[in-house]
Amino acid sequence: MSALPHDVWITGIGLVSSQGEGLDAHWDRLARVPAPRPVVDEERFAPYPVHPLATIDVAREIPKTSDQRQMEQWQRTGVYAAGLALADAGIAGNSELLNRTDVVTAAGNGERDLALDARVLEAIGAQPAPDVYLNRALATGLRPTLYLGQLSNLLAGNISLVHKATGSSRTFKGEEMAGVAAVENAVRRIAGGEGELFLVGGALNAEREDLLLGCELDGALHRGPFRSVWARGEGGGLVPGSIGVFLVLESEVHAALRGAKAYASLRSIASDRAARRAGSTDLGLMRLFDEIAGGLPPGPLAVLSGVSGVEPVTGQERAFLQGLEARGYHPAVRAHGTVLGHALEAHFIAGVALAALAVSRQAYFPPFDVSGVERPLEGAPRQILVTGLGHWRGEGLALVEAAD
Amino acid sequence: MTREMRDNKGRRVVVVTGTGVVTSLGLGKNENWTKLTAGRSGIRRITRFPTEGLRTVIAGTVDCLDVGPYSAPALTIAMAMAAAQEALGEAAIGSAGSFPGPLYLATPPAELEWPQRRLLWEERAGDELTGYKRLLAAARASRHEELEEKFQFASAAEHLARRFGTRGLPVSVSTACASGATAIQLGVEAIRRGDADAALCIGTDSSVQLEALIRFSLLSALSTRNDPPELASRPFSKDRDGFVMAEGAGALILEAYDSARARGAAILGVVKGCGEKADDFHRTRSRPDGTAIIGAIRNAIEDAGVRPDEIDYINAHGTSTPENDKMEYLSLKAVLGDHLDKTPISSNKSMIGHTLSAAGAVEAVFSLLSISNGVVPPTINYRNPDPDIPMDVVPDTSRSASVRTVLSNSFGFGGQNASLVLAAL
Repeated sequence: MSALPHDVWITGIGLVSSQGEGLDAHWDRLARVPAPRPVVDEERFAPYPVHPLATIDVAREIPKTSDQRQMEQWQRTGVYAAGLALADAGIAGNSELLNRTDVVTAAGNGERDLALDARVLEAIGAQPAPDVYLNRALATGLRPTLYLGQLSNLLAGNISLVHKATGSSRTFKGEEMAGVAAVENAVRRIAGGEGELFLVGGALNAEREDLLLGCELDGALHRGPFRSVWARGEGGGLVPGSIGVFLVLESEVHAALRGAKAYASLRSIASDRAARRAGSTDLGLMRLFDEIAGGLPPGPLAVLSGVSGVEPVTGQERAFLQGLEARGYHPAVRAHGTVLGHALEAHFIAGVALAALAVSRQAYFPPFDVSGVERPLEGAPRQILVTGLGHWRGEGLALVEAAD
Repeated sequence: MTREMRDNKGRRVVVVTGTGVVTSLGLGKNENWTKLTAGRSGIRRITRFPTEGLRTVIAGTVDCLDVGPYSAPALTIAMAMAAAQEALGEAAIGSAGSFPGPLYLATPPAELEWPQRRLLWEERAGDELTGYKRLLAAARASRHEELEEKFQFASAAEHLARRFGTRGLPVSVSTACASGATAIQLGVEAIRRGDADAALCIGTDSSVQLEALIRFSLLSALSTRNDPPELASRPFSKDRDGFVMAEGAGALILEAYDSARARGAAILGVVKGCGEKADDFHRTRSRPDGTAIIGAIRNAIEDAGVRPDEIDYINAHGTSTPENDKMEYLSLKAVLGDHLDKTPISSNKSMIGHTLSAAGAVEAVFSLLSISNGVVPPTINYRNPDPDIPMDVVPDTSRSASVRTVLSNSFGFGGQNASLVLAAL
């Protein structure tokens, strides 16, 4: 998709991560503190480092304890970030606007009752009738509300419930590509005149062993000690990070009419699924780049990279950046996975949020690590390329641009 | 150059040129339609896993496909493949392994189940590690390609995209029990915008496994009327006591009218309108005044550009839960008014059970069959009408009727409501 018939503005951002809560906290730490800045817990889930969520007071955005109890942590984190985004955009509490706010989320699995799983696994081997035991253990042990904490679409559902955003509600799935699909869906609906006001986001609770198990079965986890995404060696691997991130995306016309300020414009977005085979190097990223940003003049190019650290795709993204170099662009890449951790479904959306933040502050982030891959950039970028490559499938690129 | 056909809102017209279906009644449209219009039930006792001690022991399982070693994702993928294959055969579009449009897929959650979890645990027999530390150690120690392949959220979409050669990023969506309708809506929107000329929309769900059954049971959502199984699902009856979990898949090939015309494809119907509206009342119940359900139905009818009194038949969500059937009636009455009294409405779920993520797609396929065949399938087990739900539910036997325009409803936990208006060309 090249230039959009209806411009898409980013008019609200809610962000919580290991770096803190809100845009100011993220800007202070990521733009002003010299590298390295990651907040990492290497002990709790050793050998796997994770980026733990900063302390948040969920009651500020989810006032009812009954609501808090009906959610698992990933949902609380997401609902909290969604509340921040709605407040930031000046929509919170405005029932006329909320009634037609379309919610689009990117979500994975919910959380399991790990203690119950462990109890059953330890006891079942010694049972005379294991199947009967399992039936009884689950029927008496599972909490009814837990199921609702496990359904992918219940992040969106809880956002409707707590914040009253009720235009429509769609949840996209599929690891990193869920985030790409969610943003792309909202952008295309705005461009096509199918909606004007969207709340788009996702959340990950990285601090849970069932999530780590899913990633480890896929061979995707980095084992400690912590290193930046560019320096994880031959096999590579991702370090999960707890994140809640939501964006308010709005048609320019709608935002202007209600006097909303824009952090940035989401100029264009494109996605695809390359056939990844052993030994294949070209993921078609240059074609996607031409589709969304081919008109950019050569010169310095800010890139917020969603690279995960998993190989071979991390190397393939570096090859793409070198290809840009060969075309006269000088990519100043920042891999937000190094400082926030990898947030799977929410990761690409976090990249868009950080890009919009930098554009709005008219400055750029200094390198997030000392690997040498991330070069300094003079001045303030007007455009930032955001990349989102799935650690095992799918590719997405977006261009965020100053909105003036 | 002739002008492209547009609807009354100036948008491209979206038609259906192929459909396919798998349910507990069998494989393919012929078998399903024959049994559905004969009032046959696909609900039976669960044999896939031991059900001793469980309150609900029945379901509409799909047992007619060879999926290799059983796992829920393996069946999810196999059903979607079978439904898509049938739809593609009918539409005769593209070429083998090359479909000229995107894939929109409604899928259930993908997570490890107890058999896989226990095998992982056993791989470290004798290990001192406990709980997930031991499962993680097993996962670290060797590759588990089967688990890698199947238990990711993108897995089903990836398998389908590879097999059918769909274009672009395959999209997996969940709006709980409205997912199948949402997958269709995504395809309709892409074609209307001109992003695509064709789309493969599939809903598939294989949730009949132990833990999912227990979870729904703990939410008091399931019928416990186990004996005889075929009488358990009784939508709109006074003594309905919950839904029956079921498996299935429905697939639709959507195309821009002009592309379908240009290649001489037979047109099965038009997806005239899609409507959705989120509820903010409760995680599993809708607003008592029906606002959100009413909103979804109204939005679909408005989007279709038809009058409420043009609806000839309603393919109900009709789950057979006390809550759903009452709220669906109240909402339909609010939108259709007196026209509801004259409009036949039936629930496929009385025979196939609730196919969850697949329901919207499966029931859209059946709605289109009603349009093509001029037959409305019955609501079976309607022996004790609920006096608070006075509707023509087409009890027990199917009926011939001229059906030009169908409203199909899908509602789900988490405040999800989606409706489709399907019509003859």
